[in-house]
Amino acid sequence: MCGIAGVINKQKTVNVGEQMGLMLQGLKHRGPDSTGYAMYGTPLKKGFVMRFKISENEAEKVNATVDSPADLKNRKNAVDSILKKHGAKVTKESSSTPYAFRYIFDFKGDLTDLATEIETVEKTEILSIGKGLELIKDLGDANTVSNQYGLDKFMGTHGIGHTRMATESDVDIKSAHPYWAFPFEDVSVVHNGQLTNYWGNRRVLERKGYRFNSNCDSEIIAVYIADKMANGIELEKAMHDSLDELDGVFTYVVATKDQLGMAKDHMAAKPMVIYESKDIVACASEEVAIRNIFPHEIKTYDPYEAEVKVWQA
Amino acid sequence: MAGITKRTTAFDDENLSGRSQKLYFEVTEEENYTYYGNHEVDFNKRTSIDCEGIDAHELNQKIRDAIRKGYGSIVIKNPGAKHSLGVGILNKLNLIFEGSLGYFGIGCIDGPTVRVNGRVGWSCAENMMSGKVVVENNAGSCFGAALRGGDLIVKGDAGARTGIDMKGGTILIGGNAGAYTGFMMQRGRIIVCGDVNANMGDSMYDGIIFVGGEPHSLGTDCVPGEMNEHEVRWLEQKIKNAEIDCKVPASKFKKYVAGRMLWNYDNLEPAEKKGILG
Repeated sequence: MCGIAGVINKQKTVNVGEQMGLMLQGLKHRGPDSTGYAMYGTPLKKGFVMRFKISENEAEKVNATVDSPADLKNRKNAVDSILKKHGAKVTKESSSTPYAFRYIFDFKGDLTDLATEIETVEKTEILSIGKGLELIKDLGDANTVSNQYGLDKFMGTHGIGHTRMATESDVDIKSAHPYWAFPFEDVSVVHNGQLTNYWGNRRVLERKGYRFNSNCDSEIIAVYIADKMANGIELEKAMHDSLDELDGVFTYVVATKDQLGMAKDHMAAKPMVIYESKDIVACASEEVAIRNIFPHEIKTYDPYEAEVKVWQA
Repeated sequence: MAGITKRTTAFDDENLSGRSQKLYFEVTEEENYTYYGNHEVDFNKRTSIDCEGIDAHELNQKIRDAIRKGYGSIVIKNPGAKHSLGVGILNKLNLIFEGSLGYFGIGCIDGPTVRVNGRVGWSCAENMMSGKVVVENNAGSCFGAALRGGDLIVKGDAGARTGIDMKGGTILIGGNAGAYTGFMMQRGRIIVCGDVNANMGDSMYDGIIFVGGEPHSLGTDCVPGEMNEHEVRWLEQKIKNAEIDCKVPASKFKKYVAGRMLWNYDNLEPAEKKGILG
């Protein structure tokens, strides 16, 4: 089933971590397996912020990893030495769990080369790299993940999130949403539904040189959109194209460094409710999620089939 | 059994009597049409219930308790778009929601008059048997799914698959309706004052869809029909009673019906039987 949500505050930096946490907790009943946040803080003027993990939080072993502390230390050291090799200078480092890290680093080289080499380290996956994007996902509900990673005070303009009920792939972090569009900075996607032409599209994109880290059908949307945008196509046009080229039933929300967009398939088979005001736009699979940040009565609506909407921060 | 002959094929030599050929309803038959546990209520006796901090199950239980005590008018405050509020009410009742409902709101009801001062989520009033529901804002998808009887009114827009599988009653939409409106409908009437999106009336068996604006496209089995005077008068009255400000006069509405004779629903639905018996 899965629950998706997004919020964008127009020309205003607020506690977007708290907004997303409240909305996603309201969608817990749509997917209790894992929760993911992709949030956009104030863009860095210099350098990048990177979120990565060096091990998997196995479903059967919540809050524990199968890897020994020595394994984790070795992998982290390997990542550090790759960064150093590429000339990246880490200016700030923090971690909330033994297997997930947040680095801020100065870098002037090729981001694709760097990211690709970091992911050669065993069990290591970059969750996000961007100027403002920070992507955090783990097993458990929204409050669990928020508390674990201290997200309730994340200041930013916009964010998207996902509560996952695993249907197409495993219960683990790599199959959790949101997906970052490797290696494009600041593009992320959450999705509710099923794509039926996933493998065909994946082969096309793989031939173009893109890598897929999971077998989850949702990952392809992020790569698809980012590929279009890399070829100079506007986000809104890319999303319109996706309605014809991606097959299945789906509603997805996509975010870039300063935009939030949503798209609904031709069958309108997956839900989405939108609230728009001059200061804020919130969208979610169910109104009950939006009402967690607006306790008073608000006027909401359902977008129709094959509808695409994009909002600017 | 008139007109039905034994059909023999390589696959099936069953004697097909046809459900609707059976005269299963006699107006003289003694049938008890009140539900077990029904209560006499006084519409002048009014109470309110605050939904803040309680779940759907608890609220629905409180509504039942109030009905048991004879309250005929109940106001629900702060519904907060929660799911499954006000379901399964099989009693005369005047129920008012001071806010929006989530999914499956007021489903499986038989009898109450409901006003929602807000929006409703997916599958509102699913399987409703009788009564009247008025939604002041918009409605989500599958509005009035499998509706059996009664009047279901939304003053704003309705989502996709409105009236899917409906088997009776009337759905009235003040604004526009989404794709596949009237999908697989078997009986009843849908009135849309605005436009309808793609594939309207797809796979419909029977029933009528009236459209004030334009349908984007018609689905398989849906064809234009001809309006008669009775229908124009009926439309006028329905729209007026619902207090909808429709820009299109009833005489300019277009009528759409099922194009193929795949049905035979000559007998009455339970809700219609009730109407005759009073």
